[in-house]
Amino acid sequence: MKTRRDFIKISAAGVGAVSLGLSSLNWKGMSPLYAAGGQEPVSDEEMTAHSTYCEVCFWKCAGWTYVDRKGSIRKIIGNDNDPHCNGRLCPRGTGGVGMYNDDDRLKTPLIRQTVGGKQVFRKASWEEALDLVASKMKAVADKHGPEAFALFNHGSPGSHFKHLFHAYGSGNEGEPAWAQCRGPREVGFAATFGSWVGSPEPTDIRDTNCLVLIGSHIGENMHNGQVQEMSTAIDRGATIITVDPRLSTAASKSKYWLPIKPATDMALLLSWIHVLIYENLYDKDYIAQYAMGFDELKAHVKNMTPEWAYGITTIKPDVIRKTAREMANASPAVIVHPGRHVVWYGDDSQRERAIAILNALLGSWGKRGGFYFKESVPVPKYPQPKYPHHKWDWKDNLDGKYPLSAMGITTELLKASIPEFNCKHQIKSWIVAGTNLPLTIPDKELFRKAAQSVDFIAVVDTMPMDITGYADVILPECTYLERYDYIRSSPHREPNIALRAPAVQPKYETKPAWWIAKQLGERLGLGAYFNYNDIEEVLDWQLKKMGTSLEEMKRIGVKKYPRKSGGLYLQDGEDYEFNTNTGKIELYSTEFEDYGFDPLPNYTEHPQPREGFYRLIYGRAPMHTFSRTSNNPNLWDLMATNSVWVNPKVADLWDLRKGQKVWLKNQDGIVSDFPVEVRITERIRWDSVYMVHGFGHDNKKLSRAYGHGASDSKLITNVMIDPMMGGTGMRGNFVTFLTENPEKEVES
Amino acid sequence: MRYAMAIDTAKCVGCGDCVVACQTENNVPVGYCRDWIVENVSGSYPNVEIELRSERCNHCDNAPCVRCCPTGASHIVEGGIVKVTHNECIGCGACIESCPYDARYSHPDGYVDKCTFCDHRLAKGQSTACVSVCPTSCLYFGDLEDPNSEVSKALKNRSWKVLAPEAGTKPQLYFLT
Amino acid sequence: MKEELFVSGRHIPNIDPYLSIWHWEIPVYLFLGGLAAGIMFFAGLFLVLGREKEMETTVKRAPFLVPFALVLGLLALFLDLKHQLYFWRLYTTIRIESPMSWGAWTLMLITPLSIVWAAGYIKEAIPGWDWRFGILKQFEALVIKYRKHLAWAMMGLSLILGVYTGILLSAFNARPLWNTSILGPLFLVSGLSTGLALTMWMSKSHSERKLLSKIDIVLIGVELFLIIHLLMGFLAAGMVQVEAAQLFLGGEFTVSFWVFVIIMGLAFPVTLEILELFGYKIPIWIPSLLILFGGLMFRMIMVEAGQITRFLY
Ligand SMILES: Nc1nc2c(c(=O)[nH]1)N[C@H]1C(S)=C(S)[C@@H](COP(=O)(O)OP(=O)(O)OC[C@H]3O[C@@H](n4cnc5c(=O)[nH]c(N)nc54)[C@H](O)[C@@H]3O)O[C@H]1N2
Ligand SMILES: Nc1nc2c(c(=O)[nH]1)N[C@H]1C(S)=C(S)[C@@H](COP(=O)(O)OP(=O)(O)OC[C@H]3O[C@@H](n4cnc5c(=O)[nH]c(N)nc54)[C@H](O)[C@@H]3O)O[C@H]1N2
Ligand code: SF4
Ligand code: SF4
Ligand code: SF4
Ligand code: SF4
Ligand code: SF4
Ligand SMILES: [Mo]
Repeated sequence: MKTRRDFIKISAAGVGAVSLGLSSLNWKGMSPLYAAGGQEPVSDEEMTAHSTYCEVCFWKCAGWTYVDRKGSIRKIIGNDNDPHCNGRLCPRGTGGVGMYNDDDRLKTPLIRQTVGGKQVFRKASWEEALDLVASKMKAVADKHGPEAFALFNHGSPGSHFKHLFHAYGSGNEGEPAWAQCRGPREVGFAATFGSWVGSPEPTDIRDTNCLVLIGSHIGENMHNGQVQEMSTAIDRGATIITVDPRLSTAASKSKYWLPIKPATDMALLLSWIHVLIYENLYDKDYIAQYAMGFDELKAHVKNMTPEWAYGITTIKPDVIRKTAREMANASPAVIVHPGRHVVWYGDDSQRERAIAILNALLGSWGKRGGFYFKESVPVPKYPQPKYPHHKWDWKDNLDGKYPLSAMGITTELLKASIPEFNCKHQIKSWIVAGTNLPLTIPDKELFRKAAQSVDFIAVVDTMPMDITGYADVILPECTYLERYDYIRSSPHREPNIALRAPAVQPKYETKPAWWIAKQLGERLGLGAYFNYNDIEEVLDWQLKKMGTSLEEMKRIGVKKYPRKSGGLYLQDGEDYEFNTNTGKIELYSTEFEDYGFDPLPNYTEHPQPREGFYRLIYGRAPMHTFSRTSNNPNLWDLMATNSVWVNPKVADLWDLRKGQKVWLKNQDGIVSDFPVEVRITERIRWDSVYMVHGFGHDNKKLSRAYGHGASDSKLITNVMIDPMMGGTGMRGNFVTFLTENPEKEVES
Repeated sequence: MRYAMAIDTAKCVGCGDCVVACQTENNVPVGYCRDWIVENVSGSYPNVEIELRSERCNHCDNAPCVRCCPTGASHIVEGGIVKVTHNECIGCGACIESCPYDARYSHPDGYVDKCTFCDHRLAKGQSTACVSVCPTSCLYFGDLEDPNSEVSKALKNRSWKVLAPEAGTKPQLYFLT
Repeated sequence: MKEELFVSGRHIPNIDPYLSIWHWEIPVYLFLGGLAAGIMFFAGLFLVLGREKEMETTVKRAPFLVPFALVLGLLALFLDLKHQLYFWRLYTTIRIESPMSWGAWTLMLITPLSIVWAAGYIKEAIPGWDWRFGILKQFEALVIKYRKHLAWAMMGLSLILGVYTGILLSAFNARPLWNTSILGPLFLVSGLSTGLALTMWMSKSHSERKLLSKIDIVLIGVELFLIIHLLMGFLAAGMVQVEAAQLFLGGEFTVSFWVFVIIMGLAFPVTLEILELFGYKIPIWIPSLLILFGGLMFRMIMVEAGQITRFLY
């Protein structure tokens, strides 16, 4: 019989209680983070700088961690030679010191235990915790096969655990980067150009003459290189066209802001295609030489006029025409940006296809000021035995659904964890490393059921995030400033690599992920896959093969290599074979057709909110990354909570005041855990509300973030799944306001 | 020499990097700051505009904070930088009251603190921490008396404004509009 | 919609959302300074006028309180300092442009002067007082001899002190509510009036009280006039000043200002004083106490409200 796994909010015994007590004293001005005695700034010469690359988001900027003579980390500064950041980190990267300094960090391994009928965490030694995880992995392998152990991961820790899992024999891994993030655009662009967009995006923004942002809110989306290049483009006088129902920061810097009715972008895109074709504005030579399917496309969009789109999008026909002409004028130095978090309405791969087609018509792929051809250097594989063959993985459970999914679909792994879904293969246990599933995956009920169904959960994290409340074992990882990770090799204009090396010893009893994976591997008899004492050996071996060394990389941090794959851009008339079925840019997708999907994108109508409800849209704040930074002292100082943006007209209707706390209830009756402050602003439409994602934590051990703001994820229960690749469209949810505490309502 | 800073509001995205960088460079305690961000929204949907400004001490030419300081702790150094000598400051708060920009704060250690234009960095030929970190490169710093300085060039080519000119402090932060 | 301002990255204690750097200490300091100035001014005045006989309390007895008031005031100022170990820095320099500085120096001069003045009358106040040391006796003789000169110095310094209590605030252009030259004379008059009130309270002589009361009625009249002038001035000035005046005209401080300062602190006591002149029997402590209370409240409100008013956001 299985015991229900409760979500542990506060651990009563030992560590948790103590750290809670201490951190609650930690209010502004009294913070132990600030060492009294008024240290003056220390000059750079008196500090040592250690190479790193940032883990606060996935842009992975390279930088230097400065450590003073007392061994304190003082600041992190960008590496001048790094094309991701050009010497300038974003606020989150600069505030990375707060990750290290946060007193709320996980400090020791913790094991779930039942004391007097109550589940709590108790401190454990690494030995004990690792033995326990290894024994569970062994047991699952013996009883169900290693495939029944799944890995949820994101970011650097993931790579070490993926290695462990492959050695162990499981290919069941999923990260939110696919089905909750950029999967659809990779599908849409691969179908068109035979290439993923990838990260960092090969958008040549610094040289563009026209940048079109469709819900891509660069400036709030603080992906560093893009922000920097957009600024350069502004200096150069490039035209920016922003399509967003909200006046995003980018929209406020744009020549054209198209305040579109949410969920109707497809109509706008198709009408732009219509104008480019029927006004003869497209790049005829480019299309003639590189593309196929033009005639089908032309016939397809015949009736998709700006007037047609106006009725759907509320964007005036003349604005649609004018902006299309602006793009054509700039062609080929124009970018219709693919966006990044693109799981919106379930037809996202098709919307991305439309974006790809627009770029093709404008001749921007492979052109200066459009998309450049990225290149990266391969990192040689450290000698190891071949990975064993796994008998099944997440794909085998899909039964032909989501045929274009190229990476594990987190939500499908969750479903496979729940017996009622009757999946062909069942998932029995998880390791979660570097992803905060309860705030990351929509449909929290699905997550909760899955978490309660599996036999065992180990969580590798740096912070007592929401996910740790579901763990049986918590393995505390040290922060990126205290460890090595694999070499960053990034596709860019110039191929380049960067090194992450520890600046200081890990604080408390925390350990790097590579060490944890290796320890588990050894306990599982997989020592041959971890044939080194220290990861330094691996890195040095790899780096030497790449013509440098660990020693040199520690000194320079970033190394650039000459390009080998050819030019950055297509020469005029240059022959080029695209990696599609036809070797051409496929305006008409043979791949989609083969799988039975529309070969040309179509507009589908999506539901609009009913009276009294508002579409919940969400996005980023420039100083926070998802849920991972909301407890970071430096960044919390800049923005302590999210708020719900409400148009003044709506505020009048509901009699809402600025700063008033409200609860949000969605179309399915789900209510936010915590109240959220109202921000009354003209930046948002009257049919929508806006929230920054990543707040509303319900783990009390996060002394700053706990209970601050509302979680958008909790309110996203209507998930519109992309039939092509399993993306979880999250923007079809509608909320209304509760001005009274709903819990009180129930009581009375 | 007359140091000044220009802030390009057309490029600033209000990210707050300048605030964090100042905090880590100058060991400004969490909860306090020497610079901050103002977002000014005007108009009504969909005809809305935003002005984003990174603000800090204006290093005023006619600095009331220096004039009102009873001990001389607040003083002006080379280049017009307004500074506070911590161990001359008695923490009377007069300078805080006198600043129309609320650019000063009372440090938890008792003395008054504020932006120094990172003079410790200027002395080594580096730019200020906020200028060097800004991802949009929208902050320009330099000597107004040098026509080739970044700030002089920025002011020459663009229209600009200063904040609360009616307070008569002759502020030296210029906001490019 | 009205222009929206969002300020992020600053929630500095005592600065945001509005200044709260000066609390009770500075108003108490200003109040005691004004009070001391009032007592000393009239002590000097009546001595110079040669009326120390009829105005005994004014010239000889009330000034005994002055050193205490000044020392307590300095103590309040000291308590306000956040970097107290460096207090002495006030006296290593003279900053002509800093009201704080010349206020500190004025106190430095006026406090000993007030002690000296009191010392000159101590024998009259405490019969049988003995200075014990010859040198002190010689000094006393000197004081008595040059009392007229002292009186002039004291009147001058007390006017400076009284004006200073207002200028300390009005020097701050940054706070629209304080940014008016009326504060100097207004605080001076108010200080003189509180000094008178305390002296009256102490005085046992009916005629002395009556004279002081007559002066006080005039002072309060002037004070009311100046306050109206102040508010009108604000209303006729720029946006920020109008907003400042609004604090008292419907805003946050309306009740406390009109009830405590105007009615209880000025209008009501002055009415009582006038009634007294017409022969009604009014216990003197009532108007005196009200005036003192009103004077303190006035400073408290001006300091607190002033800090709320800003140029920007
Ligand atoms: N509602 C909603 N859901 C979303 C999104 C949204 O906008 N709204 N955005 C989606 C997108 S685009 C993405 S990419 C995903 C992101 O999803 P996640 O990557 O899950 O995002 P975070 O919330 O940052 O969670 C990261 C977790 O990793 C931990 N962590 C941070 N650094 C380390 C480390 O060095 N080691 C280890 N072991 N752990 C670490 C953090 O403490 C935290 O628990 O979310 C998706 N989900
Ligand atoms: N500061 C910061 N930066 C980040 C991250 C972070 O956590 N913090 N995360 C990074 C990651 S992993 C990702 S994936 C990216 C995501 O960043 P993006 O891809 O730029 O953004 P999204 O989250 O897709 O989009 C948010 C915007 O879409 C608008 N929007 C909402 N509904 C609609 C609609 O129907 N149509 C249109 N046209 N627009 C709509 C919203 O108003 C908002 O401005 O950000 C990256 N950058
Ligand atoms: S964009 Fe910012 S958070 Fe992301 S890696 Fe770069 S510095 Fe770090
Ligand atoms: S760092 Fe630059 S872009 Fe960001 S808020 Fe500061 S000035 Fe603006
Ligand atoms: S901005 Fe304020 S602190 Fe800075 S010089 Fe001007 S008055 Fe002084
Ligand atoms: S607080 Fe310090 S710096 Fe400010 S006026 Fe007083 S002594 Fe001068
Ligand atoms: S110039 Fe230096 S001290 Fe001033 S705000 Fe910028 S970083 Fe801070
Ligand atoms: Mo993402």
